[in-house]
Amino acid sequence: MSSAATSRQADEVVLAARNIAKSYNGVRALKGVNFDIHRGQVTTLFGENGAGKSTLMKILSGVVQPTSGEIVLDGQPIVFSSSTDARNHGISIIHQELSLAPNLSVRDNIFMGREITGPTGVNYAEEERQVRRLLQELEEDIDPLIAVEELRLGQQQIVEIARALSVDSRILIMDEPTSALSATEVEVLFSVIRDLTAKGVSIVYISHHLEEALQITDHAVVLRDGSMTAYAPRADIDLEWIVRNMVGENYDLGSPPAGHDFGPVMLSVRDLTVPDPAGGGYNVVDRMSLDVRAGEIICIYGLMGAGRTELLETVAGKLSATSGEIVLEGKEISHLPIGERIARGLALVPEDRQRYGLVQTMSVGQNLSLASIMEFTRGVFTSIKLERALVQKSIRDVTVKTDGPDVPIGSLSGGNQQKVVIGKMLATDPKVILLDEPSRGIDIGAKAEVFRILAHHAAAGQAVVFTTSEVNECLSIAHRIIIMRRGRISAEFTSDITKEKIMAASGEAVAA
Amino acid sequence: MTQTSANRMSSQVSPVKGTSNPIKLLLKGRAFFALIAIVVVFSFLSPNYLTVSNLLIMSSHVAIYGILAIGMLLVILSGGIDLSVGSILALCGVVAGALMQGVELKPLGVILFPPVWAVVVLTCALGAALGALNGILIAWFKVPAFVTTLGVMYMARGIALLMTNGLTYNNLAGRPELGNTGFDWLGFNRLFGVPISVLVLATLAVLTGLMLSRSSFGRWLYAAGGNENAADLSGVPVKRVKITVYTLSGILSAIAGLVLSSQLTSAGPTAGTTYELTAIAAVVIGGAALTGGRGTVRGTMLGAFVIGFLSDGLVIIGVSSYWQTVFTGAVIVLAVLMNTIQYGARGIRQ
Repeated sequence: MSSAATSRQADEVVLAARNIAKSYNGVRALKGVNFDIHRGQVTTLFGENGAGKSTLMKILSGVVQPTSGEIVLDGQPIVFSSSTDARNHGISIIHQELSLAPNLSVRDNIFMGREITGPTGVNYAEEERQVRRLLQELEEDIDPLIAVEELRLGQQQIVEIARALSVDSRILIMDEPTSALSATEVEVLFSVIRDLTAKGVSIVYISHHLEEALQITDHAVVLRDGSMTAYAPRADIDLEWIVRNMVGENYDLGSPPAGHDFGPVMLSVRDLTVPDPAGGGYNVVDRMSLDVRAGEIICIYGLMGAGRTELLETVAGKLSATSGEIVLEGKEISHLPIGERIARGLALVPEDRQRYGLVQTMSVGQNLSLASIMEFTRGVFTSIKLERALVQKSIRDVTVKTDGPDVPIGSLSGGNQQKVVIGKMLATDPKVILLDEPSRGIDIGAKAEVFRILAHHAAAGQAVVFTTSEVNECLSIAHRIIIMRRGRISAEFTSDITKEKIMAASGEAVAA
Repeated sequence: MTQTSANRMSSQVSPVKGTSNPIKLLLKGRAFFALIAIVVVFSFLSPNYLTVSNLLIMSSHVAIYGILAIGMLLVILSGGIDLSVGSILALCGVVAGALMQGVELKPLGVILFPPVWAVVVLTCALGAALGALNGILIAWFKVPAFVTTLGVMYMARGIALLMTNGLTYNNLAGRPELGNTGFDWLGFNRLFGVPISVLVLATLAVLTGLMLSRSSFGRWLYAAGGNENAADLSGVPVKRVKITVYTLSGILSAIAGLVLSSQLTSAGPTAGTTYELTAIAAVVIGGAALTGGRGTVRGTMLGAFVIGFLSDGLVIIGVSSYWQTVFTGAVIVLAVLMNTIQYGARGIRQ
């Protein structure tokens, strides 16, 4: 498919970055980047978190202005004064962080700021018709009148994509459009991208899913520390080439830690049934049972809506089950509040770190110690000394790169923020640690470190359960791979299974 | 617009750190500098302003707002708002007044005159109950804080009016033969030359400051206000935290009510009208974010003193009370503007 696009010989450059540099408060985020975007082709930007990808995209879409260098549109240098200005020149962007109004309906979000008006005000019927058509194109069964906040994260991302598609743009920038999508949804998105490029639309694509991006891209640009380290057409590159240029060395997500025996069953879930929290009237977790032993790493793989998140959230105490048992070390815990479960050794690292993981108003240290406050409280007061010791230990344990425990949490990169969320829960010294998509939206280096930390803790006798949407991650450190489908376990494998079998069991079409 | 996005970006790339340059220092200590400026300006305008006795008198006025503002700070830190403090103050004052007048038990044919300590305890208990009602409605029944406390504000005011038929209890001094004297102690007496009300404010401020900075409850409160979801998943008992802060705010309103009726030696049902707004203003001027999670007792105290010293100063130099309202309003808007500049887009964004 990508070779077809290349063979069209559409080598016309529509948009080019010339020596683009950008500094924030003296920190150089971009150090003179050059690259071309070709008409009707997909150009993918690869790079770790903090490499400058998002900054570059914000410059190309007019959200921020470069410190130096220029943007060339159709051979003419141009300055975008705002994102609206860029949109008027046919450039639109799908942001990494969703920019939807949660209280408004899908229809109103898609047409926000560009409402179709007629003599009697907004023409809602026409808007709805167009939204239905767009969602049909994306093969997503979403009611255009439902409020965005009632949708799952993955569906919200689809809405964000639909909004960008609803503007007929010549250049579409997609910053991590698939981070919350299932493999099937990604396939649909890719076919939409192919349709767009066939019509002459140029796509700039950013993703941490390297293999996924390789399926769709025509050109690859690799950024590292604000500089471009490599640029090549698809035909000349492979996964290894990208990773080498991104991180400068070979990478491996690890293998299941061996050399220790599994201990007794730490967590046992029996016939757990959880109704849809959004009130859909069906069970998102359906009579599911699972045993996790000390020292064992279990990966739960499944599509969006398979019930992975709800399973973990119920075990951790955020959602409540209608029936079934949750037994931690032989004791039934389903009636206990979250704090009590944490105290007994059950910790959850949630999927959405901005909404559920971090307190943005607090420092790195305060976030790290948040779940273990009672550990350093003596009598009425917290002990500054004990807290500092705990925070320092956590920073070392999960290798957070920070200027110290007192800097604001927002000053860290995405990967380091994720490590803080993980470190916060590990600081409670859990016996069972649940992680929902621990690698979502973090770069490959941070990913490898996260998995190394998990493997280390499993070897120390803790039980680890994590979910993922990337098959490769299941095949890395997990001893056991559980496939969830419609709230139930559809298959269970050991670590020597192939990707294709995992994807087939999850109900995904096997990628060509 | 570009400014906003630049802030947002810079928060990812580098921490906005330090107080190295003077503008940032000025911005950070703005409530303090504002207070200094107010004192300096009024000292020039009136020779009586900067005297120990005047400062103490003004401070005893500030005590009422200050006590309310401490409770308001706790509520605002949790991400809520409490509009009922002024009305709770009035109702508690009226109830205290009624208790001082004696409680007639008709079936027994006796009139009870509770001693002052019992009046104080009962009044605080009433404040706590009303605050807890706010907290329970907000935490358990998910009624928005604004609406809940607006409702309680009307109810408490209405009950105070019903109890007194709109009249004021004037004789709160008690009678020695009944053993219930001493109510005026709070408002009039001094310890080491300092009005008791100011000492009460100082004690409450220090205790609250310690609670916020050093107790686990304080940490829970900052976390719950900063990101309720994350706090909940980290095991913070968010509901309990909310109920506690509204209860504390109720108790502090009751204490303010006692101090005020003691200072005035009368308890009227219309006392404390719009005091809730003054308390909110003090918290905001003190640099707290209305979105929750940011704010300190020190800032709030400075905010209360800025408002109190400004309005008393205007009275001293003979400016019309209408102008006072205008000035206070301008200070509040300026303070919120400064907050927005300091926290940038980060403070507002979820």
